[in-house]
This record gives sequence, structure tokens and C-alpha cells, in this order.
Amino acid sequence: MLTVLFFLSSGLFLGWSLGANDAANIFGTAVSTKMIKFRTAAIICSIFVIIGAVVSGAGASHTLGKLGEVNELAGAFIVALAAALTVLWMTKAGLPVSTSQAIVGAIIGWNFFSGTATSISSLSKIVGTWVFSPILSALFAFLLFHLIKKLIESSNIHLLRLDSYTRIGLLIVGAFGSYSLGANNIGNVMGVFINASPFQDISVAGIFTFTSVQQLFLLGGIAIGIGVISYSKKVMQTVGSGIFKLSPVTALVVVLASSLTLFLFASQSLHDFLTSNHLPAFPLVPVSSSQAVVGSVMGISIAKGGRNLNFKKLGQISLGWVVTPIASAILTYIALFFMQNVFLQNVYH
Amino acid sequence: MPKIFSSKSKQLETEIDSYLDRVNTAGLLFLEGIKAYIEGKTEYFEKKYIEISDIESEADEKRREIKQKLYTYMLIPESRGDVLGLLENIDDIVDICEKVLEQFSIETPEIPEFLKSDFLKLAELSSKSVEELVKGTQVFFRQVNMVSNYVNKVHFYEHEADDVEEQLKRKVFASAEIEKFSHKVHMRYFTEKIAAVSDVAESVCERLSVYAIKRRI
Repeated sequence: MLTVLFFLSSGLFLGWSLGANDAANIFGTAVSTKMIKFRTAAIICSIFVIIGAVVSGAGASHTLGKLGEVNELAGAFIVALAAALTVLWMTKAGLPVSTSQAIVGAIIGWNFFSGTATSISSLSKIVGTWVFSPILSALFAFLLFHLIKKLIESSNIHLLRLDSYTRIGLLIVGAFGSYSLGANNIGNVMGVFINASPFQDISVAGIFTFTSVQQLFLLGGIAIGIGVISYSKKVMQTVGSGIFKLSPVTALVVVLASSLTLFLFASQSLHDFLTSNHLPAFPLVPVSSSQAVVGSVMGISIAKGGRNLNFKKLGQISLGWVVTPIASAILTYIALFFMQNVFLQNVYH
Repeated sequence: MPKIFSSKSKQLETEIDSYLDRVNTAGLLFLEGIKAYIEGKTEYFEKKYIEISDIESEADEKRREIKQKLYTYMLIPESRGDVLGLLENIDDIVDICEKVLEQFSIETPEIPEFLKSDFLKLAELSSKSVEELVKGTQVFFRQVNMVSNYVNKVHFYEHEADDVEEQLKRKVFASAEIEKFSHKVHMRYFTEKIAAVSDVAESVCERLSVYAIKRRI
């Protein structure tokens, strides 16, 4: 059990850093503008991230699994560790980094090391989604911004009442965003451990089965939750007041638009519904919540007439699509080499 | 857990409305008081002066309550400073209105017949500017896009008041009817005091229009 926990620790660390960084995308503005207390935000965020991870995390993880089935626990440990270190490094460099891109790079690094062929169709599906997700967020934000603006202007609502509705809205949308984040991003944290999962399925009173994957995701969800509670306050204060200066109402639009994007790329039931009705379904792929947020902010800028469009940020996102996976892949390759030849562990079979 | 504030915010909405009603009343009492003074209805004037003093202390009290509630319930964190600044500046108008009537009551200036209509006109314009400012502020809370209409009206009345003020002063100093220089200076003093109401209304209005731009999403 100790060995298992040791090897899982890199995934849990990745989960922790995801929680610390990405909770700010959902509750950052609400907390930094004092619309919601940090405590409230952290509790809601942690609970809904865990629910999202356990209930709806399988879809996006499955896609990662198809990219490369990391089949040894020690290998999975290195993959998650390399991804976590890449995220840490990129965060320090001030880039809107994504655990999704780091983990994909790391998996490809493992594929190279183990001589496994990388599924080009999975990879192109994933990369295509990365490019598409900020655009989709921008579109959602653009539409929602106009809708909410019209709604506020036509309702003649009092400033104070608007304020209290916005608070409630930020809580509800924040809960939805946290759920979507858990569902979409748990694959990044725990996906690589699925094939090497040490857990057994548990049948709860014969009513439902708590699968080994769900147990793994619960653990990852808790790690994310701890990240949120222990470290995200600082990130929220910088994100909320630093890069994007948003009013509470625009923050509501940004979070809703980004959450919808994450949700669409994570919801198995929506996927099944669309495919069963012969409609084009969204691929279930882990995307970056930070980049979805940047997309939403751009959408609002465009809705406001294109002022303050931050092209530098757009450039950084595109850079992230390339640099993060490559850096992570190289790091994984090197780390796997050491794990195999210095620590004499099997990293693949 | 943030409480569902709707009852508190509703209560505060009512308080802000009733505060603004008092400011409006102060503007009307100011006009009524000056009218009564000019028409020589001394008793009625004194009554208006007492009324405006009461309104002034009520408005102060209300403003303090609003301030306290905004901070203790952590309401509108984004625009709290703006709202309080606005309410405090509006309060200056009530103070000036009261002060002017007080000066009339203490100094009992002797207004010559040929200046009466000008003084009345000036007081009307000042009172009008207060009325439009109050409407603009009410609209600021509910229909922020409409604020500029009222801002324009305040500017208009202030400009008119400036014109009347200048004419009045010229008349005073050109007139042979007012013999003593001290009397002329006294008239100028009251002209400026009455016109000051519209000046303050205008400067509050400037703030209001900036806050309105900030509030647009």
C-alpha cells in the first residue's frame, strides 16, 4: 500500500497544483472583488470538483487512455511527475499553462520511451480541441454578454438587487464550473494511473458499484480540493485583480462561458445523447480551464467593440499548445530513463 | 455562506430612495423659503427654514445608516465607494440649501423691488438643478443608460443660473437705486449663495456621469 501511495503521489501533487491554480479561474474574480468569501468559494469548489470527477470524469480520461496506455505504476508516476513539474515551471514563467497539455506531452514522452505508437487520430482530436476550446469559450462569452446586458438593461433592476443576484449567480455558476473542471480535468491528474490502478471495485449495498476508477478519481478529486483550500487563495488574489480586471457581472459571464466549454468536452451523457440522435458530438477531451477563461475574456472584449484585445495573451496560448507538451515530453523521457536505469524500476511492459 | 441579501438590499433600496426624497424636498423647501422671504411672508419663511433644518438632520442620519449597512452587509463591493461618495456629495447640497435659508433668517437682506423677480428666477433654476440631479441619481441605480439625460438637464439649469447670477450682479452694481456700497455687496453675497446650489449640483453631476460610465457593463 505504501508503494502504491508513493507512486500515486505524483498524480496527487499534480491534482494539488491543478486545484491551487485552476480554482482561481472559477472563483478568482468573485473572491478578489469580495463578492464571495474565500472560505465559501473553497468549500463549494472542492465539493463540486470531487462530484464532477467521480460522476463524470471517465469520458475525458478515456481519450487520454487511447493516446497512450501507461501500464506500469512507476511509469505513471514519472508521467504525472513530469507533467506536474512542467506546470510548475510554466506557471513560474507566468504563462497560462494547462495540465491537459502537460499530461499529453508526458504521455507522448512515455510512448516514445516505451516504443509504443502514438495514436495520431487521438492526438489530432486532442490538439484540435485545444485550439477549438478558447474559440468556443469566446463565442459563448460573446453571446452571454449580449444576453445578460440586454436582460439587465431591460429589467431596470436596482444596483443593490443586481448585486445580490450576481452573488447568487456567481455561486451557482461557480459550482457548475467546479463540477465541469473536476469532470474534464480529473483525467489529467489520475488518467495515467487507470491501467495500473491498485483499487478493486466495491459494491455498495448491491445498489451501485463504486468502480476502481471512481475510487482513483475520488482520491484525485480530494487532492484537487486540498489544492483549492490550501493554496488557491493567493492565486485568486493575483488572477482576480491582476491580469483581467473584471466586474462581478462580467466575471459571471466569463465563468459561465468557460464552464460550459469544459462541460461540453467532459459530459458523457451529452455525448451519448448527441450521438444517439445522429448529431455531431463534442469529443471528450481534457482542455485547459485557464485558456477557456482567456477565450471568454477575449469574447467579452470583442462584444465590447474589440478594445483591450490582448494579443500577447493570445500568442502565449498558442505558444502553450506547442511548448508545454514538448517540454513535458522531453522531461518525461529523461525521467523515465533515470527511473529505469538508476532506480531499476519497470516503467512499461 | 453569503446570505441571500434580497431582503437587506430591498430595505437599503428603500432607504436610499427615501434619502433622495429628502434631498428633493430640501430643494423644494429652499425655493419655497426664498419665495416666501421675497414676498415678505416672514412667518411662512421661518416655518420653511425650520422644516429644511429638520430635513437636513434627517438626511444626515439616513446617510449614516446607509453607509453603515453598505459596509456591515458587504454589499456592492465594486461600487460601494462610488455610491457613498455620491451620497456624501449630494448631502452638501442639502447643507447649502439649509445654510442659505439660515443666512436669510439671520441677516434679513433688504431686497429691492426691481431685483425680486431675478432672485426668484435664480432660486427656481437652482432648485430645478437639484431636482434633476436627484432624478439622475435615482436613475443611476436602476437605468444607468438614462443618467446622461438628467446630467444634461443639470448642466443646462446651472448654465442658466450662471447667466441670471451675472445679470443680477451687474444690475446691483449699476443701479443708482441701491445707494450704499455695503448693500450692493450684501446683494452680491446672496446672489452668489443662491447660485452656489446649482454649482454644487453640477459638480455632483460630473461625478455621477463618471460613476455611470463605470457602472455600464
